[in-house]
Amino acid sequence: MISIDHYLLLSLALLVIGVAGALARRNLIVTLMSVELILNAVNINLAAFSRVWGNVNGQVFAVFLIACEAAEAVVAVGIVLVVFRDRKTVLADEMDLLKW
Amino acid sequence: MLLNSIFFYFFSAIAVVSAVLTVTRRSPFHSAVFLVLALIATGGIFLQLQADFLFAMQLLVSAAGVVVLFLFAATPTNQKSPRRALRFSRYRIVAIVFAIVFAGEVMIAIFAGSKSLHLPAAANLPARNTAALGDVLFAQYLLPLEMASLLLVVALIGGIAALNRRMA
Repeated sequence: MISIDHYLLLSLALLVIGVAGALARRNLIVTLMSVELILNAVNINLAAFSRVWGNVNGQVFAVFLIACEAAEAVVAVGIVLVVFRDRKTVLADEMDLLKW
Repeated sequence: MLLNSIFFYFFSAIAVVSAVLTVTRRSPFHSAVFLVLALIATGGIFLQLQADFLFAMQLLVSAAGVVVLFLFAATPTNQKSPRRALRFSRYRIVAIVFAIVFAGEVMIAIFAGSKSLHLPAAANLPARNTAALGDVLFAQYLLPLEMASLLLVVALIGGIAALNRRMA
């Protein structure tokens, strides 16, 4: 019998893995992938509560979140590529000067 | 009911294992492959929750679109050298401690307050999920919908403008 707890714990697991990955990885591209995991954890939460209350408002929110996630991925990848073009590195440890 | 449980455990196991593998691989290409798997498994969870349109949109936008974008970014920035092979930064202990503490905290909150929420039977939901979603999206949430499309157009133009060499 699957209750709301199962979906909340799954969402929590993905969120925590995403946050740990975003904090602990050097490569910025993998950090962006971890942020993607966080967004999908939130979407699972929204879809589960949409099922609890029986209306589609949670799913509407999740649809907008997926659209915003795509826009954010575009902007973040653009930033990473511009910084890579100048600094020749994509590792967060090595971007430690504000001016060059 | 048993089929429901089987689908949930199947997709959630794949999602969690793929997520762990995503954040721990040495090469960003391996991480991207496991990210696709995690996103498809999340789409399976949406399908199991009777969110049909969300499942389709997740596969088309997240799993196919955004990950391809990350691959386009990972390909030119892939450099192999012994000094750069270290995966985790020096904040890995902070990350693990934070993950454990945060997970424990939220689990306390989940188990303290979830006695009043129940999943209703699937027969009580609207018969066609995409039609119900369309009814609400284009009537009640029309303004956020137009703003989201404007956001996507602006992000598209901004992404191209940021990488344009002639203007910079």
